[in-house]
Amino acid sequence: MTVRRSKWVVHLVLIVFSLLMIYPVIWWLGASLKPLDEMRLPAIWPSKPMWSNYSDGWHFSDQYSFAHFFSNTLLMEVGNVFGSVLTAALVAYGFARLNFKLRGMWFGILLLTMMLPTQVTIIPQYILYNSVGLVNSYVPLVLPHFFGGGAFFIFLIVQFIRGIPRDLDEAATIDGASVYGIFWRVVLPLVKPALVTVAIFTFIWSWDDFFAQILYLSSVEKFTVALALRMFIDQFEIQWGQLLAMSLLSVVPSALMFFFAQKHFVSGIATTGLKG
Amino acid sequence: MAQRGRNVAGYVFISPWLIGFLLLTLWPIAQSFYLSFTDYSMLADPVWTGLANYRHMFGDDDSFTKSLKVTFTFVLFSVPLKLFFSLMVAMLLAKNLRGMNVYRTLIYFPSLIGGSIAVSVLWRNMFGADGYINAILAWFGIAGKGWISSPDTALGTLILLNTWQFGSTMVIFLAGLKQVPQELYEAAAVDGAGSFRRFFRITLPMLSPVMFFNLVLGIINSFQMFTAAFVITKGGPVQSTYVYAMFLYEKAFKHFQMGYASALAWVLLAIVAALTAINFLVSRYWVFYEAEGGREG
Repeated sequence: MTVRRSKWVVHLVLIVFSLLMIYPVIWWLGASLKPLDEMRLPAIWPSKPMWSNYSDGWHFSDQYSFAHFFSNTLLMEVGNVFGSVLTAALVAYGFARLNFKLRGMWFGILLLTMMLPTQVTIIPQYILYNSVGLVNSYVPLVLPHFFGGGAFFIFLIVQFIRGIPRDLDEAATIDGASVYGIFWRVVLPLVKPALVTVAIFTFIWSWDDFFAQILYLSSVEKFTVALALRMFIDQFEIQWGQLLAMSLLSVVPSALMFFFAQKHFVSGIATTGLKG
Repeated sequence: MAQRGRNVAGYVFISPWLIGFLLLTLWPIAQSFYLSFTDYSMLADPVWTGLANYRHMFGDDDSFTKSLKVTFTFVLFSVPLKLFFSLMVAMLLAKNLRGMNVYRTLIYFPSLIGGSIAVSVLWRNMFGADGYINAILAWFGIAGKGWISSPDTALGTLILLNTWQFGSTMVIFLAGLKQVPQELYEAAAVDGAGSFRRFFRITLPMLSPVMFFNLVLGIINSFQMFTAAFVITKGGPVQSTYVYAMFLYEKAFKHFQMGYASALAWVLLAIVAALTAINFLVSRYWVFYEAEGGREG
């Protein structure tokens, strides 16, 4: 009896808390349709929805519409996701299964780089890209993803591969498969769920990686959605309705990714195991 | 397979990371260390100035002291708040109830988009003088204000935003909670331990490695806080949210004082490394690893 009652208490707490957390997002939905004078009201729905917030916001810049900024960002994302997925599994397999000289040292260094503040490397990197004329291009944003996709993802897949029984590798070895064959035919198909996690996280994180984007992209023609929003917010008089409408659209791709692959999401992080 | 072949194969597989590490991490680290002792604007070659950058920083650069103070305040409040908050939520979400997936989604969603500039825009509106937060406060008879435009509340608003994005920390706690053996709780229940006791005697010790991981990464990440301060408050008002990463960004990419900015980066690294080292040292006294057969403090 008390168990049942406490269950309801937990439900109640969770409902209140969920609503509290999500309320700003729901308010945002309504606010994107509000005229300026209703913006300060906590009420969600506007008295009369202003759909023009979307059409005007979409064309806020005289030069380009948001269609341009979205396609820029998506183009960059294709490179990022492709690079991470392609190389993360390779590197992780090397660390998880192959016994080579200095492996322990390199893996230790890999883990250490996770703790390195980006500020320490960003200046020389900028100077490097500048010296080869790649500032104001997507190369500095995309290229790093082709180097294993980042320490976090490599670590995540290493943990995942460690969970795959070695018997499978050994059986394949007896059948005459080389390490390359084992990787391609045994391990790669099994790490697919982890790779989905890598793809989703790469997508969302690079979408939000404002620091790198503002550093390397300077001409409006190459702007990403995040940079376009920042240009929007810096206008003399902020059109809040339009700005909120476009901000909301800018999180739609990440939100879709999230709902599309929600199961992978939580279980993907859980597989890092942390204790391993 | 011969050891030689294994070595070759190993290096073939890790080569993407290794090349990237040497080119985009190790070499830049060395170069940034060298640049920190120079005066360099990217227009002419670096000029060696010895310790001048560091002397200026600790001697008479008020912005340095100010930004360091702001950043320490931010870290001091946001890290414990986020840890506490995410642990509480994770414990709620770890229960086996119907509809849990819905709650998880609703609670996690803000964190998913939280780091984006879009949310910074939303936040700037909500906590502005004309934002709806003030309208809600008015219901309770609390006088509103421009939370973002007053120097004494701007940083607090950013700390709150940071706490609102507790999702990834929470998910890691959740994963940790699932690994706590249920037998422990059952045995404790048989012994008549209340829920309070079970939390401090079982949950907390079993979670301590995860807590440690979240603490270390939380500190490191908070020291690098940038987007929200840059977009929502622009470091103001009167530098009350002028975080270190923003100071460094402006020195490097607005004033092109690359030498000085590199010195700033090295000071940041020294601070973060020192705090991480302290964390590791102190962890012996409170982090509990099962494999060691129990060395709980």
